[in-house]
Amino acid sequence: MSTSTTNEYQASTPTGKIANFMDTRAGLSPMVKEFGRKIFPDHWSFMFGEVALYTFIILLMSGTFLTLFFDPSMAHTTYEGSYKPLYGVEMSVAYASALDISFDIRGGLFMRQVHHWAALLFVAAMSVHMLRVFFTGAFRRPRELNWVVGCTLLILGLAAGFTGYSLPDEMLSGNGLRIIDGVVKAIPVIGTYISFFLFGGEFPGDDIIGRLYILHVLVVPALILLMIVIHLFMVVVHKHTQYPGPGRTENNVVGYPVGPVYAAKAGGFFFIVFGVVALLGGFFTINAIWNYGPYDPSPVQAGTQPDWYIGFVDGALRLMPGWLGDFSFKWDIPFPWGTNTLALGVLLPALVPAGILFTVMFGWPWIERWVTKDNREHHILDRPRNAPTRTGVGVAGIIWYCVMWAAASSDLIATHFSVSLNDVTYWLRALFVFGPFIGFIITKRVCLALQRKDREIVLHGREAGVIEMTPEGEFRERHERLDDYRLYKLVSFENKKPVPAQPGRDGKIKAAEKQRAKFNRWFYEERVAPVTREELAEAKTHDHSDVPSAVEGQDSQSSIGH
Amino acid sequence: MSEQSHGGPEHTGAVEHAGVEESGKYAIDNPGLPPHRPRLADEDPKAAKRAERQVAFLFGISIVGTLVFFVGYFVVGQIGPDTPVATVRLQNMLLGLGTAFAMLGIGVGIVHWAKTLMPDHETTELRHEVRTEADRQIAVGMIEDIVDETQVKRRPLLRNTLIGAGVLAILPAIAIFRDLDDTDNRSDLATENFGPERLRHTMWATDVRLVRDPTGTPIKASDVTIGSAFHVIPEGLNELEPHEMLNQKAKAVVLLMRMNPEDMQVSPERENWNVDGIVAYSKVCTHVGCPVALYEQHTHHLLCPCHQSTFDLARECKVIFGPAGHALPQLPIRVNEEGFLVARSDFHEPVGPAYWERG
Amino acid sequence: MKALSQKRRHPVAGLALLLLGLLITGGLYSVASTMNQAQASNTGSSYSAEDITEGEKLFNANCATCHGIGAVGTEDGPTLVGVGAASVNFQVGTGRMPMQMQGPQAQAKPNQFSDEQTAQLAAYVASLGAGPAIPDEQYLDTDSEDVDLGNGGTLFRVNCAMCHNAAAAGGALTRGKYAPSLAGVSEQHIYEAMITGPQNMPVFSDANIKPEDKRDIIAFLKQIESQGSPGGASLGSLGPVSEGLLVWTGGLAVLIGFMVWLTTRSS
Repeated sequence: MSTSTTNEYQASTPTGKIANFMDTRAGLSPMVKEFGRKIFPDHWSFMFGEVALYTFIILLMSGTFLTLFFDPSMAHTTYEGSYKPLYGVEMSVAYASALDISFDIRGGLFMRQVHHWAALLFVAAMSVHMLRVFFTGAFRRPRELNWVVGCTLLILGLAAGFTGYSLPDEMLSGNGLRIIDGVVKAIPVIGTYISFFLFGGEFPGDDIIGRLYILHVLVVPALILLMIVIHLFMVVVHKHTQYPGPGRTENNVVGYPVGPVYAAKAGGFFFIVFGVVALLGGFFTINAIWNYGPYDPSPVQAGTQPDWYIGFVDGALRLMPGWLGDFSFKWDIPFPWGTNTLALGVLLPALVPAGILFTVMFGWPWIERWVTKDNREHHILDRPRNAPTRTGVGVAGIIWYCVMWAAASSDLIATHFSVSLNDVTYWLRALFVFGPFIGFIITKRVCLALQRKDREIVLHGREAGVIEMTPEGEFRERHERLDDYRLYKLVSFENKKPVPAQPGRDGKIKAAEKQRAKFNRWFYEERVAPVTREELAEAKTHDHSDVPSAVEGQDSQSSIGH
Repeated sequence: MSEQSHGGPEHTGAVEHAGVEESGKYAIDNPGLPPHRPRLADEDPKAAKRAERQVAFLFGISIVGTLVFFVGYFVVGQIGPDTPVATVRLQNMLLGLGTAFAMLGIGVGIVHWAKTLMPDHETTELRHEVRTEADRQIAVGMIEDIVDETQVKRRPLLRNTLIGAGVLAILPAIAIFRDLDDTDNRSDLATENFGPERLRHTMWATDVRLVRDPTGTPIKASDVTIGSAFHVIPEGLNELEPHEMLNQKAKAVVLLMRMNPEDMQVSPERENWNVDGIVAYSKVCTHVGCPVALYEQHTHHLLCPCHQSTFDLARECKVIFGPAGHALPQLPIRVNEEGFLVARSDFHEPVGPAYWERG
Repeated sequence: MKALSQKRRHPVAGLALLLLGLLITGGLYSVASTMNQAQASNTGSSYSAEDITEGEKLFNANCATCHGIGAVGTEDGPTLVGVGAASVNFQVGTGRMPMQMQGPQAQAKPNQFSDEQTAQLAAYVASLGAGPAIPDEQYLDTDSEDVDLGNGGTLFRVNCAMCHNAAAAGGALTRGKYAPSLAGVSEQHIYEAMITGPQNMPVFSDANIKPEDKRDIIAFLKQIESQGSPGGASLGSLGPVSEGLLVWTGGLAVLIGFMVWLTTRSS
């Protein structure tokens, strides 16, 4: 062997020697070559995904600690641990061990709280990350599949959260499981059996905690990890998107190299996220299981809510009226073999809003592509204002979600704002129906107004904050032209015109195509066109004259509906 | 988008890019990256030295944080039966504060280092196509060849029997989960039947005494004054084996209240279900099963705290608000010879949420 | 029955109904209390005649507008015959009575009367008819050797937590009514609330929850109130809603601050 190494690259520094060792054994140089100086764009809104990734790592670490002490058994025991107000109370081993983690193991309470706070933050960060991707159009080709992987991650995040929420087997999560049992039983034909299979017989049984436990600590995290790997792999393949701006094109990435700047910032940010979660865990109680007592089917507490990310389903359940006048949504269907019951009052709110939300979410890249006929690759992001209809749809969705979310805390809204619980429900029912439409209209108007403001700034400069007096004695604010770098950001977007219905191969326009053209018009008809070369040139000639620019110029309204 | 709007790529069939750069597309051409603006630390060695000290200071804070953690862990020390809650809280706070400083010190320090001392030149990297057109054609060709060599298209018998076998082979993977509910073959669980029929029966039966939850003491009719509410379980429930106890309790919990008989509407078939205005209703919400236990003694309303279904006790617990689809089932009761409240029978309908087989 | 309840506004019908209700309540109560050895004296005989006359003066000056002369009740307020001294001590002692205005529910507010005046009012109302008396000191002694916190907690969760929340932080009822937080409520007032059932709260007579058990409940409440939350700030003990609110407004907002700092260029 030694004879053949004479021509080998000889490293002189210690770092080089280690690198040499690793490369000759594991062949890592190509990876370093690929990643060492890879460019990542820098923008604060690109970091939500990192928060999600880092909280997931924190979850794995704190969760591993907790598994060493937690006993997911529903066997019966009498609590004899350190928390006095529960001393001598009958409970399950799972609850007793969760209390022991909190009161008899040093740092156990801290780890429990870190774990739970990180979980809430994990789902929150994923949600905001997805909103960022949606509003900037980052899901467009070639990134559709990664969007789907992201949506799957969100659902897995909800699954991880829900299975974990139930593990301590205390009254709050026990009633949560009971609600799940009730919802499952509402599923026609198979619901009752699914419930029996889930709980190993009748609710609550003595199997459910162990079953949720294995899902929570093994199956769901493994799937999340797999999806994260795919997600990040695809980010590397696609390279990151970037906002429009000077020097940025569809063919390049502008930013900082992984080594050292990006790695340092991203690595440092992990510690920052950990620090913030640690602050939450150290100073704020979360899931005060000692308050709730052991699970028992008889007691319940005022303010029984799920963790925030399940809240929207709970809220939908609250908003649904069980009766409309004398009509009950519990429908007894007479069949030849007897009567079966369809609990629409449970089924509709539990499945329909979540179903619509997730279907639209998963399918949006294809929905938008079908409507706009835009099948090109996009690496430059849309500024949300430059896609008013998409932004409007997004805000409508957010409002719809938030109404359901608020409904999940209707009782607390009632007590804390001294209003009637029933009135809160009535208002939220109205908002559930009308809120999204109002949100869409307002958002679209705001986007168009912002686009007009951009035009105004491009053509006439920005308000300098300096008031001048003309020789005639008139007061005016001076306007300053932007430099080209700033100007480019405001003008570099496409004037997307509606695409009329296209005839198919046989020369006829199909009904679906007509429908598409209708949506397409709705998507693009109202828009503010970017400033053109000619307009800019004209505005500049006005500038050179003595007349101050702000008052002049064409009415930007006219650009609506080009 | 119509092709002329952006010039249209010449290489047909290849991936189209949104904004293939061409001059004249936008009001001004891309001016390129703005000139680099040097930072203080780039030009002034003093500023660079200062930044270095700041970063080192932040790392120092991290060290202090780790020490705080150890103070919380070892000085506050072991927690146990004699530890006051305030000490538990103090320890938790010190652990949190220590960890937070240890982490934030490192994190903020590294980022500050990157921002002030590491190069801050924005650089540009070219994107390349995810895959080239030629590669894709070769790959598709290969796959087609592979499929062809298997001859699966020419021999449909092979294909069809394989599909049939495959579909069948999945079924055991589903069937094997059948015993997730194995109550019907477990001798220790006294359930006579597997399936939804179980949901129709509770522990209540003729002459089972109503006892207080959780103490299990029987209730005299005279104990139940107007306006009072008793949380009730069937006698004998507490003596069941713990697992079976919870299952039975989940169906059998009852709320016992007394109203003025004058205020109650009683349907003819329920005339003898109450005792001078003492009524017993299932506590399991007919919506999704939370305990409906919030009783307002003046309005006679029962409220479920989970989804706010409201039932009117004066009208046999009819739904007056919220998502529940049917009234709470009433437990028929009477007074026995010793003056204790007993059930006349089981509930006349299944308790709790509606399910398919409920009928 | 329905007709009667709909015509409740008719003064005579309402009065008859209330009297009937009170007769039954009072009657049953005396039955219950004789069965219960621990029940304190409920005749009001421990008050002096002077207390009663002073109380009557106070009553006529402050309460009779709504409750009527002789506490027989009016359209605006129920009769107080037979509600007992405990009820007066609770309602007046917590400032709920006299009411500021008619509403879904009487609010607790600063006490309008001195302890002595409250006692005199209680003496007067107790003299009108038998009712729950002011609880015996021994059942308010939460430091007693016999206190079982675990038992108190279990009973609290079964009987009280559904309205008052598992950590006694309070909760909503229908149409603007609510179950108040129990933090800062005195032992005596908690006990009196249980035996008298103020507002829409059901009555938990000593026949339902024994006086010793009531003491356990009170001791449990005092314990969780004085010990505070082991995990740090309790966020109102409201459960997942306040936690979710903090993670969005606090956690995520702080992180966004860091993100913006992280991605801005250093000067």
